[in-house]
Amino acid sequence: MTAAGVEACDQCLRRAWLVAGLSAGIERALGRSPSRRAQELLALPDDELTAAVAGGEHASVSERARARDPGRLRAAVAGARAWARCRHHEAFPGGLGRLADAPPVLFGRGDPALLTSLVSDGCVTVVGARRPSSYGRELATLLGRELGSARLCLVSGMALGIDSCAHEGALEAGGFTVAVLGSGPDVPHPVRMRRLYERIVEHGLVLSELPPGTGPRRWTFPARNRIMAALSAMTVVVEGRERSGSLITAALAVEAGREVGAVPGRVGAATASGPNQLLRDGAHVIRGGQDVLDAMVGVGVPVASGPIGTRATALPPELTAVLDEVERGAATQDAVARASGLDAGPVAAALARLELAGLLSCDLAGRYTRTALAVDGRGRGRPD
Amino acid sequence: MLAVARTFALIGIDADPVHVELDIGGGLPSFTIVGLPDPAVRESRERVRAALVNSGFEFPLRRITANLAPADLPKAGPGFDLAIAAALLVASNQIPRGMLERHALAGELALDGSIRPVPGALAMAEGTRRLGLRGIAVAPGDAPQAALVSGVEVVALDHIARLRQLADGSIAALPPTAPESLLADGANCSADLADLKGQPALRSALEVVAAGGHGVLIVGPPGVGKTLAARRLPSLLPPLAAEELLEVARIAGACGDGLAPTAARPFRAPHHTVSGRALTGGGTPPRPGEVTRAHRGVLFLDELGEFRRDALEALRQPLEEGRVTISRVGGSVTLPSRFTLVAASNPCPCGRGEESGECECHHGAVARYRAKLSGALADRIDVFVGLERPEATQLAAAPGERSAPVHERVRAARLLQHERLGEGRCNAEMTPEEIGLHCSLDRGSERLLASAHEGLGLSGRGWDGVLRVARTLADLDGCERIGEQQVAHAVSLRRRGDR
Repeated sequence: MTAAGVEACDQCLRRAWLVAGLSAGIERALGRSPSRRAQELLALPDDELTAAVAGGEHASVSERARARDPGRLRAAVAGARAWARCRHHEAFPGGLGRLADAPPVLFGRGDPALLTSLVSDGCVTVVGARRPSSYGRELATLLGRELGSARLCLVSGMALGIDSCAHEGALEAGGFTVAVLGSGPDVPHPVRMRRLYERIVEHGLVLSELPPGTGPRRWTFPARNRIMAALSAMTVVVEGRERSGSLITAALAVEAGREVGAVPGRVGAATASGPNQLLRDGAHVIRGGQDVLDAMVGVGVPVASGPIGTRATALPPELTAVLDEVERGAATQDAVARASGLDAGPVAAALARLELAGLLSCDLAGRYTRTALAVDGRGRGRPD
Repeated sequence: MLAVARTFALIGIDADPVHVELDIGGGLPSFTIVGLPDPAVRESRERVRAALVNSGFEFPLRRITANLAPADLPKAGPGFDLAIAAALLVASNQIPRGMLERHALAGELALDGSIRPVPGALAMAEGTRRLGLRGIAVAPGDAPQAALVSGVEVVALDHIARLRQLADGSIAALPPTAPESLLADGANCSADLADLKGQPALRSALEVVAAGGHGVLIVGPPGVGKTLAARRLPSLLPPLAAEELLEVARIAGACGDGLAPTAARPFRAPHHTVSGRALTGGGTPPRPGEVTRAHRGVLFLDELGEFRRDALEALRQPLEEGRVTISRVGGSVTLPSRFTLVAASNPCPCGRGEESGECECHHGAVARYRAKLSGALADRIDVFVGLERPEATQLAAAPGERSAPVHERVRAARLLQHERLGEGRCNAEMTPEEIGLHCSLDRGSERLLASAHEGLGLSGRGWDGVLRVARTLADLDGCERIGEQQVAHAVSLRRRGDR
């Protein structure tokens, strides 16, 4: 990966390091509402930014920034097995470059050649709650899978919950996925996602505007949200509360002139309040990958689509009956037993068989959800 | 003059023989007790003196030395009072010497000379039999449990003045109680399963747990009937066998509760602030903890997620081996702990559950809470039930099946297990060899289990756990061999890991 090299001009590299060096100062300057003014600060030229953030020390800070040796900065990037492309590079995503507060440099890990296909293939950003319901997880994974198999690039933030489910789904379908981090590209955050990080580096891209080795700060997450929003033609919110990072991303997408979609949730559920609010405000209704494709390329336009997972073979009638009930909304063993009129034992056994066949998944509370896997000779219960 | 009385020191749930050697000699009047007495034993001097004087005996104003042998065994508690007083009366020639050779004595003295119960009377009666003595004299409160031991004459002594009658044989021994006679009375469990409205999954899981003795974890929001269900479990369990009843009575007696033995299976529900030591037992001399007090019964841990980590860790040995070893500097004691574990928990600290989308807990707090529901302890729990708030129609419905028919099915399943594994044993206690022997699978079931291993990340212990539960399901169905249906059902009862 070192061979891919650092293709960025000195000026841009210095700027990137300046921002990283001022990271703690920016956090202090923003105080309690990092979402509001991070962009304004990042849009400032070097001197003004330094003056706004570093206060009395700004002269010496600027001095040091100017004196940085670009050769050493390039070596640092290569040393972290990362690469860099500055905004003047031809592979730099155009949509991102047009932002007023565009990042000077994109640092990344993974194959840099993919950066070009990121633009040509079209991307969709999927974001959502860090602690979603099992419905949210299932939908995020489904979206990841379907978009991945439709050869669309899936962009997300590798956060816990929806983000990582979407990445997982895309990887499962053999698709191309991009994680935009709020830390340097070589710093997996959150740490629990390290294994996912490794897989994304291997099969996709990890991007960041922060140079290698930079740790996350409160302000870096809303800042990376603007990159996620600007990279994609559409941002889909799966779950999230009304004042959450996911909605900030959606707002940034609107600002950047991108489409916004939302997965409808149960009215009254706290995690569904964000997407439902977006829907009321006119966001696209997203029930699956097809809805995203319809919104992006137009209804009825055929899209190359690969198979989603493996298909299960035809089911015996007793399993079909139980599967039907789950698709109709019976989530627990009791609910299925009540709806189907079967005894607890046979229902439990059938649910286990369906789970082992990959058609259902079961969470910690013993609640079953339908997976995206299709059954031969039978559609999924969703209208699509 | 020298006199020797026989009594017992309680170590764990066993009674170790102690000789009270008492000498009355010349010198300035004094009363000394030697042989590692704790403060309660040392204060015995005052109780003995007052009790003798107040019962019309004479307290000799001479130099009195009592030695509790073996001298290196620490002695605790007031149970030595009666033996010391009797030895004193014999040494001062106030009652005939022969009595001490026939009877062991155990009891605490009140200042007016009446005799109070002490812990461990049943164990002491067994100790008396081992020593080859004719009988043991205990407080009236202790007599019913001591009388459960056959081959030992149990004398209920309400007052120290009655030692005279014990000496001349004019006091009648209690008729021995056969454990079976208690069993005939029945456990008379007032809590009935009919109180549990709806929740068929929970009911079926309880039946499996009762039939196979498996551990169960019930997760659900507050108020869905977790505690209610756990308290109904004893009414489903088969009655104690005579031998088991003795074990239970011995433990209850050693803990100082259950003075009147019953046929009911123990139900212990320690609060979640309990320490590891209170669960497993400890102290000097070692005392049984909750796991031992729940022996042959149910140990109910409500709010499993709130228990201290060390307390939960301490449960591993008792769960795995059916006994707990308390090691102290002075040696180690092994106590039985074959209980059915019932654990209940909310899905998260706020109780609403992350999956509902309405939970407001910090995700770090949820992760910590759930870590206690997963991990090594949960892997040893073979049955998992996830519950949701029941619907109104279920709550308004007629009461469900009563305990009695379930109890009968459980009993039939247990009989099969006893034939297979030996008296008193259940499927949850099967060793890996026994699993290999009794849980052979056909091709289809094996494939199903293999796919569960693959798909659900089943551990080696989890694999065995599924087989044990499948065996119980087959026993409940009266099947000789385990079928695919039972394996699938057992897999569905296995807890899913966190994603």
